[in-house]
Amino acid sequence: MIVTNLETVPGKAIDEHYGIVQGSTIRAKHVGRDMMASLKNIFGGELKGYTELLVESREEALSRMIRQAQEMGANAIVNVRFSTSSVAQGAAEILAYGTAVKVS
Amino acid sequence: MFEIIFILGGAYLIGTAVERKHYRSIAAREKETLRVPISTRKTVQEGDQQRISEATLAYGSVVVSIDRFKRFLAGLRNIFGGEVASYASLIDRARREAFLRMKESHPHADYFVNCRIETSTLSNGQGRAVGTVEVLAYGTAIYLSK
Repeated sequence: MIVTNLETVPGKAIDEHYGIVQGSTIRAKHVGRDMMASLKNIFGGELKGYTELLVESREEALSRMIRQAQEMGANAIVNVRFSTSSVAQGAAEILAYGTAVKVS
Repeated sequence: MFEIIFILGGAYLIGTAVERKHYRSIAAREKETLRVPISTRKTVQEGDQQRISEATLAYGSVVVSIDRFKRFLAGLRNIFGGEVASYASLIDRARREAFLRMKESHPHADYFVNCRIETSTLSNGQGRAVGTVEVLAYGTAIYLSK
């Protein structure tokens, strides 16, 4: 599966469009991590626990999107975009979406 | 009162030291990865169309939070207005760090195209909450066949 945020796959031609595919996940912070983060908050800087959490969620969202594209029979996803929104206090939604295509 | 001064003072000293160390690391790593260009163009470079062996999604992200002292300064700024310089350096280093992580996730790529930056607020710093932002940098890593 070729995943790119370009509008085409460089060096390949798009034969067929399958429409939008998407994957999303909503993650809540874990209490232990939250406590560490609130300590860290006094001094500022990177909150590693949260960075990891969001990286994991983004990978999950991407793999859900890829699974949906595979079910459609696509072999590439182009024009991929990410979006993050906080849906509730302490929870974030990560969304990845793109267009499933067949290239050759 | 004494407690507040103690926390603010500690936040100022440690926060500034952390920021300086981070800027040094960013500068060194930016120099190291200088040979790999990143651009916001949507197409690959002229004449590379036939030489591409792989094009794949690359991303890097970082979550940063403001320290208590800077938050206090920003609070003062809200009274008088003007540029909130204490937040600017935080966001600046977060963005540069995110781009570096994107580059470092594909160390052998020849260049990156269609790079985008997205910033989202995880907590806005109102009330007891402290301002925390996530910065995500993403783009397409291009590998050329040698």
